[in-house]
Amino acid sequence: MANQKVSQDTGDLVLNRISKFYGDFKAVDDLSLTVPDGSFFALLGPSGCGKTTTLRMIAGLEEPSQGTIHIGETDITTQKPYRRNVNTVFQNYALFPHLTIFENVAFGLRRRGIKDVKAEVDKALALVELGHLAERKPGQLSGGQQQRIAVARAIVNRPEVLLLDEPLGALDLKLRRQMQIELKRIQMEVGITFIHVTHDQEEAMTMADTIAVMNQGKIEQMGSATDLYEAPRTAFVANFLGQCNLIKAKVQSRAGGKAVVTAKGHTFEIPLSRVSTENDSILLGVRPEKLRLDDKGINSIKDCVVTDRSFVGTSTQYLVRTPWDLELVVFEQNDEGLHDLRVGDKVSLEWDPEHTFGLDGAQDVNAGADLDDDE
Amino acid sequence: MAFLHTATGTSSGPKSGIKSKSWTPYLLLAPGLIWLITFFIFPIISLASTSTMVRPEGAQIGTYVQELRFANYIDAFQANQEQYIRSFIYAALATILALAIAYPLAYMIAFKSGKYRNILLVLVVAPFFTSFLLRTVAWTQILGDEGPIVSTLKLLPFVDESMRLTSTPFAVVSGLTYNFLPFMTLPLYASLERIDPRTLEASGDLYANAFTTFRKVTVPLSLPGVVAGTLLTFIPAAGDYINAAILGNPNTRMIGNVIESRFFAVVDYPTAAALSFTLMATILILVTLYIRRTNTDELV
Repeated sequence: MANQKVSQDTGDLVLNRISKFYGDFKAVDDLSLTVPDGSFFALLGPSGCGKTTTLRMIAGLEEPSQGTIHIGETDITTQKPYRRNVNTVFQNYALFPHLTIFENVAFGLRRRGIKDVKAEVDKALALVELGHLAERKPGQLSGGQQQRIAVARAIVNRPEVLLLDEPLGALDLKLRRQMQIELKRIQMEVGITFIHVTHDQEEAMTMADTIAVMNQGKIEQMGSATDLYEAPRTAFVANFLGQCNLIKAKVQSRAGGKAVVTAKGHTFEIPLSRVSTENDSILLGVRPEKLRLDDKGINSIKDCVVTDRSFVGTSTQYLVRTPWDLELVVFEQNDEGLHDLRVGDKVSLEWDPEHTFGLDGAQDVNAGADLDDDE
Repeated sequence: MAFLHTATGTSSGPKSGIKSKSWTPYLLLAPGLIWLITFFIFPIISLASTSTMVRPEGAQIGTYVQELRFANYIDAFQANQEQYIRSFIYAALATILALAIAYPLAYMIAFKSGKYRNILLVLVVAPFFTSFLLRTVAWTQILGDEGPIVSTLKLLPFVDESMRLTSTPFAVVSGLTYNFLPFMTLPLYASLERIDPRTLEASGDLYANAFTTFRKVTVPLSLPGVVAGTLLTFIPAAGDYINAAILGNPNTRMIGNVIESRFFAVVDYPTAAALSFTLMATILILVTLYIRRTNTDELV
């Protein structure tokens, strides 16, 4: 299948200090990135963060204002899209409405003069399990089916890099879950580098090996889903991926592998390895499910009050007010240890130092919060 | 298309009660129906009946009696064969020219005009603000012997001093092309504008260069506009008489001119009616073949 390629070499995709300006607006700002060959990579960020522009520059639909893009040894920065061995699954699919499904999938093969079009198309349609729809027109397919045809149409060309631009955005939740698993399976099967652009943090975390969180044209942090979730290095990442409690605090000492910090008269400990700043003014962060409604731990806050409670099936989510009027979110699993508190109940909070992280205190506490739903 | 209708039909589930015995659809149809019956059906019946009438021996000019003489058609056609065929040749030439001019124009307005789009669209329809007749008369000035085009052309070494453009087939076809250009441009624009630019990007992404993208994606997707535009140009152009009357000479007369003079100058109603019907029938057949050929009913 891969015997006729536009360019022969395979390798990592390297973006070297690329920027894209529209007038004074910096859509992408001095971004460098290496995507290893064969990985499932996600560019995650709110709308307007520059992720789609980055993707379009890789596809060749936009030219970078500065910087270079390489696949392996080949510089593709200014190469025309039809010369790159990169294919895109467009948002809303962009299938050709006048062609049958078969001809849609065959389009790229025919342009490159590949011999055995029928076998290749059949194989690609089988991969997405829609071989029986070959003679239909795109307008006769459901959204989920069109989405899979868009994947087949791109993948049949065996690109070195497959770009997916919010490919699941138009699908309903249940179908989206199904397609996430499906796309993951297809990626494993074909072994092509996938770059998936999304604003849905859950989608990125479910599918990608590596996630780059983008904000205002820059990469905030890059790593595995676990890394980003358990050890975020900026307030934006902490808030954008899941929910997070951030408390303003001052570092009192850094010694013995731990930082001792104080906030409103309370003393907390953070492992030094999890403090990502030299600044003494920090944001102490802890995820809602790491908080326990108890008072035994090293890091604890007493005399808190429950101000809200909502039962969400697997867990109960509490809003708890500290003595200095800061509201913290607490998730408690619905198992034997359940406290079943009511609004107004007095309560203490505690958590382990190794679940705590320290971020630079100069940041906005709310950066990246409530952004994941807008589109 | 037919398939799509069935698909939506089945998915819409059981019919609701709204459908039962509602007069609303008929009331909404009524004004149009009444209009059509009064101004289309009646005249056409009257025209049909006129077409087979005969003027009795010695009767006054303009007096005709019904004798169901279908040979009128053959006589009329044989007498005016030349103008008849010329009409379709001129109309076809004007349609091709209009398509060649309007396609790039509509493409530019649809994809490249940015904020000037609305201004350009207004300019496309702007000629309609002046009367059709006046605009055609204006062309006699433009193409006239002292006009800008002829005097410019005469500067070229190989152009003869006696060259003229008015009263030539060129002038008639130019006039037809010009007068029906908006009818070509607007449907083309409408169908080009509907194309999702992402399908064009997708084509480029799938190894098609700009020309292949145009040929394989843009043109097929704009085909409904091409069909609509060519019909809206060809049909009125084939029956037009103003352009040939104003810009032509006796040798460029079209069937419209014949019908006009038969009706109003010669007062030979049966021949005029028979010619009108023959023209209508020919256009209908051509259009049917054309739509069949382009398969437009299958397009989205």
